[in-house]
Amino acid sequence: MHRNPDRPLSPHLTIWKWGPHMLVSILHRVTGTGLAIVGGLAFTWWLMAAATSEEAYRYFVSWATHWTGLIVLVGLSWAFFQHTLSGLRHYVMDIGAGFELSGNKLWAMATLAGSAVLTALLWLYILMGR
Amino acid sequence: METPTARVRGLGSAQEGAEHWWTERLTSIATFALFVWAIISVVRMGSLDYHTVTEWLREPLAAVPMLLLIVATFWHLKLGLQVVVEDYVHEEGNKFFTIALLNFFVVIAAAFALFAVLKIALGTPG
Repeated sequence: MHRNPDRPLSPHLTIWKWGPHMLVSILHRVTGTGLAIVGGLAFTWWLMAAATSEEAYRYFVSWATHWTGLIVLVGLSWAFFQHTLSGLRHYVMDIGAGFELSGNKLWAMATLAGSAVLTALLWLYILMGR
Repeated sequence: METPTARVRGLGSAQEGAEHWWTERLTSIATFALFVWAIISVVRMGSLDYHTVTEWLREPLAAVPMLLLIVATFWHLKLGLQVVVEDYVHEEGNKFFTIALLNFFVVIAAAFALFAVLKIALGTPG
């Protein structure tokens, strides 16, 4: 087959701009990795503290309610909601639906808005409950 | 997950990608359902202090779903982290080492988490 070697190959790997679908795609991976490592360790620590003693649990709570711990927990909760929502989006795309440009963009942005809203609601609920 | 025709023709990768992909989906459904349960349970308890949590995990109807949640979650995160390693770590030796390390992390953390729940659930109160 004849091809003009002066013409660029498609897809144009260097000519693109960011879209919400790309951000959601890489965030799925970033949040998944963060949840797996930081979330996995924090979750195991929480359960081990509860199984060890009241004092060990108090030590865990002292870190979880310290401002550094709170930053980690807010981050983990946002990562959880973002990963869950983009995971649900993946179920739809895995059955071959949701690839139309406008719909794909809409649902990508919906996962970003949804995770922000759910994180805000969760922490409002926690802070109001105190 | 391979079709019989594809197997006869010897097409596609001879490795475990399809199985891996499918298991990741199944464990994600299990993880999702169990986290919905866990979040509803914690909201209904209204507190995560020591006595509330340990009394909760002494209930069979809390301990068993929590054990399942640990298995599903650590299985799912092992599969997910493995894909990340395979995508970014190309040198065979480094890839082998990183995936081995990841498997140790998953098995050790899951063992601690499972033991913790069992100790609370089967231990004597107080």
